[in-house]
Amino acid sequence: MVDIWNGVSQAFWLMVTLDSALVEISLRSLRVTFTALLIASCIALPLAAFLAVRRFRWRRGIIALLNALMGLPPVVVGLVLYVILSRSGPLGVLGLLFTPTAMIIAQTVIIVPLIASVAHQSIRELWAEYHDLLISMNVTEGQKIRTLLWDSRRALLTAALAGFGRAIGEVGAIMIVGGNIDHATRVLTTAIALETGKGDFGLALALGFVLIGLAVAVNLSIHWLGRTERGDRW
Amino acid sequence: MIPKLMLGAALVAGATAAQAADVMKMAVTTSFNNSGLAEVLLPEIARDLDLEVQLLVVGTGQAIKLGEAGDVDAILVHSRPAENRFVAEGYGTHRTEIMYNDFVFIGPSDDPAGIAGDATAVEALQDIAAAKADFVSRGDDSGTHKKELALWQEAGLDAAGFGDWYNAVGSGMGAALNTAAGMNGYILSDRASWLNFGNKADLALLFAGDPVLFNQYAYLPVNSERHAHVQTDLVNKLEAWLVSDRARDLIDSYRIGGEQLFVFNAGAN
Repeated sequence: MVDIWNGVSQAFWLMVTLDSALVEISLRSLRVTFTALLIASCIALPLAAFLAVRRFRWRRGIIALLNALMGLPPVVVGLVLYVILSRSGPLGVLGLLFTPTAMIIAQTVIIVPLIASVAHQSIRELWAEYHDLLISMNVTEGQKIRTLLWDSRRALLTAALAGFGRAIGEVGAIMIVGGNIDHATRVLTTAIALETGKGDFGLALALGFVLIGLAVAVNLSIHWLGRTERGDRW
Repeated sequence: MIPKLMLGAALVAGATAAQAADVMKMAVTTSFNNSGLAEVLLPEIARDLDLEVQLLVVGTGQAIKLGEAGDVDAILVHSRPAENRFVAEGYGTHRTEIMYNDFVFIGPSDDPAGIAGDATAVEALQDIAAAKADFVSRGDDSGTHKKELALWQEAGLDAAGFGDWYNAVGSGMGAALNTAAGMNGYILSDRASWLNFGNKADLALLFAGDPVLFNQYAYLPVNSERHAHVQTDLVNKLEAWLVSDRARDLIDSYRIGGEQLFVFNAGAN
């Protein structure tokens, strides 16, 4: 219990004094995860709509695969990327290992199946509703996808936030491909692992509380920006 | 909504992009980093050489792997046989000794195996094995782990055949110390990590001082003939700094709780 109170008070002082190391790693956490989220959304959302609209042979297989990959073990993603990005791996010439870019790639790989699966669920329901209307208007496939994406944007926001939650709290993959380098690839989750290793549970807990606070703040502000909870919309 | 989100993401992306002039990567052992010496040396290196040294904190085994794969420019480790092999196989250009510290035996303060009065490290290990007292091993192929295995061998015991009391946790020094604190068991640690460790619980330093526990750190540049992207000029600049009088003063004067942790011995042998 002493450790928990110690953690709460340290978290409080770190935030009140805007500790420069804390600000740095928090901003890096946000930067890495938001970039990964942006890229993942650009891949996953159109893919989800495409899977809803187009009927083709491997469609069911791909949907089942995406659902299964929601549980992709981050540490395996990290390990595979490590081997690929290492200087002696196939993409070694790019020199990406132990950079924030490698961490962004890892998080993107982890959250694409999650966002695509969740988004596909809601787009599919909307498609059942819109199917006859859109077919009768004789629109192209691209128009169908755009319409579905736009009209299910609130549900897609939820899908993206689920992806954000998984990415910002992830430690296994980014520890391996990022290397937890101070001032370069250290983020909140890897810093927590490091401080736990040093036996400094107070600081580790403080960083943990900051991480939770950050996740809550991001969710709230995105809801506010998207005006999901206003009476006049939906 | 979407443009606003993108703007937000762009702002966050732009906010963290400060870089020093020169950047090199070095793999170091957990014991070096946990000792806190890195936090003393790195800012001085940045000031003197305008060089940002990015540390990858891993076990000696993994540090050597990183060097072999060319993912770092140099390594700073402590396991003589592995280092010699690294140079002999052409992965590293040479080996430069920088400093040493020592290993210590940590255990429950009431010392159930009675190692505190022992004359040698080998005797201490034999006592622990005879008492079947809980023992935590790093089990991660690090320099400390290799040292521990070598000591068991010297004591005429085979770590692979031990029973339930021998716990190989497969993690870094701090995590292994946490485990030892949790089960109140014995562990071999480097002195620096022990002094800096925040969760000592009922553990105490029980045995130290046997010359066999001497722990030499060496700096090994990665061979640029194998990996053309290695920044040899930066690596050499750092090596010159590490063996200089400036490094000697900083290393020899680094203390925790009044105790000197590292002894600078570059160029001594």
